[in-house]
Amino acid sequence: MDTRFPSEKAYPFDSESSVGMKTEKIFSMQTLDQIFIIAKKIILGVTGHFLPDWACLLTSILISISAIAVLGPFTMMYLTLLERKVIGRMQNRIGPNRVGKWGLLQPFADGIKMLTKEDIVPLEADKVIHFLAPLFIVMPALLVFAVIPFGRNMTAVDLNVGLLFFIAVSSTTTIAIFMASWSSRNKFSLLGGMRSAAQMISYEIPMVLSVVPVIMMAGSLSTNSIVEAQSRWHGLKWFVFTPWGFLGFIIFFLCAVAECNRSPFDLPEGESEIVAGFHTEYSGMKFALFYMAEFMNSFTLSGLAVTLFLGGWQGPFLPSWIWFFLKTYALIFVMIWFRGTLPRVRVDQLMGLAWKFLLPLTLANLLVTGFWYFTSRPVRIAGSMVLLALAFWILTKLNRDVVPEKRVYHFAE
Amino acid sequence: MGISLIAGVATVTLPNIFHATLSLVAALLGIAGIYLILHAEFLAVIQVLLYVGAVVTLIIFAIMLTEGISNKTIAQRNKLGPAAVGGAVVFLAALWGVIRSTPWPIQGGTSENSYATLASLAGSLLGDYIFPFEVISVILIAVLIGAIVIAKKDSV
Amino acid sequence: MMPVPLQHFLFFAAALFVIGVYGALVRRNIIGILLSIELIVNAVNVNLVAFSRSTSLAPETGQIFALFIIAMAAAAVAVGLAIVLALFRIRKTIFTDQIDLLKG
Repeated sequence: MDTRFPSEKAYPFDSESSVGMKTEKIFSMQTLDQIFIIAKKIILGVTGHFLPDWACLLTSILISISAIAVLGPFTMMYLTLLERKVIGRMQNRIGPNRVGKWGLLQPFADGIKMLTKEDIVPLEADKVIHFLAPLFIVMPALLVFAVIPFGRNMTAVDLNVGLLFFIAVSSTTTIAIFMASWSSRNKFSLLGGMRSAAQMISYEIPMVLSVVPVIMMAGSLSTNSIVEAQSRWHGLKWFVFTPWGFLGFIIFFLCAVAECNRSPFDLPEGESEIVAGFHTEYSGMKFALFYMAEFMNSFTLSGLAVTLFLGGWQGPFLPSWIWFFLKTYALIFVMIWFRGTLPRVRVDQLMGLAWKFLLPLTLANLLVTGFWYFTSRPVRIAGSMVLLALAFWILTKLNRDVVPEKRVYHFAE
Repeated sequence: MGISLIAGVATVTLPNIFHATLSLVAALLGIAGIYLILHAEFLAVIQVLLYVGAVVTLIIFAIMLTEGISNKTIAQRNKLGPAAVGGAVVFLAALWGVIRSTPWPIQGGTSENSYATLASLAGSLLGDYIFPFEVISVILIAVLIGAIVIAKKDSV
Repeated sequence: MMPVPLQHFLFFAAALFVIGVYGALVRRNIIGILLSIELIVNAVNVNLVAFSRSTSLAPETGQIFALFIIAMAAAAVAVGLAIVLALFRIRKTIFTDQIDLLKG
């Protein structure tokens, strides 16, 4: 395992963006940029005086972990508020505004309410698995925070397979959903679980494939190096500004919305169809854990989209972590916007979109990227053109409008 | 390692097939941990991605499609139990003896160059082993089509 | 950190393999047998990776073999489960001792 810590890495001095600035200003910018790293260093420096080396290491790990463990739930709490506010505005309402100024204390009120609710376990339920499912759904959601680069030098663990780690860990969520749906002994739960598994498996494939062009361009799987690869043009050479990057970003974002079961792909928990899907039988804090996992997933997936396609923490003028959070919240806003705008899709539309549209599109995208980066100029132009024509033909063939057969109502007429 | 073994035993003995599958997940995660000890990070991640993410999900899907939600009453084991335990113990003892008596090379991967990096892995996968790699992809496509044909409703 | 000696991994893999064999022998449920086969395959993989770490071969060799085996195992499971589904649709059972169509 890679056991380096962010604080041990040298600050890569960005000479390009600081040309023409006064030294003092650079210094303050730098301090602001690295404020969390410096804070951690100070804590480590204080504890280092009276603790042995291994304890220092442990403290360093603990600080990183606790930062993430605080950030995760906190993000989730305020995402609920943000979502309710934004949706409210879109529906011409005001949204929560009673608890605290602008409803800022609403999440705490909700949390207390959740904690005081009765914890109901169905009589026929598989007790152990019913209990474990909410834990297993929160664990991967928290684990993936480890490889997200929140800012310069602010990746908790810089794995050399970071991107794959993210995808692998988040794919285990399916198991937890299965556990929840199966142990509840409820047909709505089971239906929700089946739908969710089908959806998550289908959308995982285009999601992983849409990331591959980025890996080709960056030449690395580490999230840190992917961000570093986008650092030119004053930190504005984002992968989304290349044609394949742009297509990959759109596909990735759609798949991310489907992966965290958000509207318009919220079939696993569509209220009007199957009560609440796989968490129908959960109440109180366990229910809150499911919600927490869902919101943290949408946060981390937006964060990953920012890291891969939108330059991560790169950006002019502002400190790096502010850039990261700005971009991430912009993407989350788009997700909420989706929810406020789009109706829920049907199951066949959902599967058709993944297998007949997104998957061929990602494959074509992948091949064009390969041609462009690894062959000579005439070959790559010709190859890309042929591929694009072929992809266009296949996509139009696959996605013809299905004309349904005339329905015969045997008993109604 | 211990976790993996316990979970493995649970996988083969638990009467409820869903519980068995979940303990298989635990065993597989333990094995991913062992790959980490062996400095095979890529393999560990692939293990989680493919086994836990895909294979186990498929198995659970099949369980849900083939069985009722609860059938704890049906016996899950056949009458081979004692014989199988005996055979397994004998076999384990034999393997144990072989492992104990063989003089393994002790050099161990302590030097830096014995770690397979991601780049070297990719290099040999698309270099020396390009032929098996292509064969695998052909097989996977064959499996994809075959599985759909077999499981299709009106094929029989 | 002290490297774990090779024998430990071999013992572990042998035990896991034997557990898998036991499961494959005694399970009545076809899906249960598939689970046991997964255990066996994983035991082999652990062996391969452990060997490739401690012999003079290139360290990638064992890992690539393990990768191929994982791919093949996934393929086997896919086909196996398809067969199970087809069987269940025809015979309404997935217990091996009830599938005796060829028995005279």
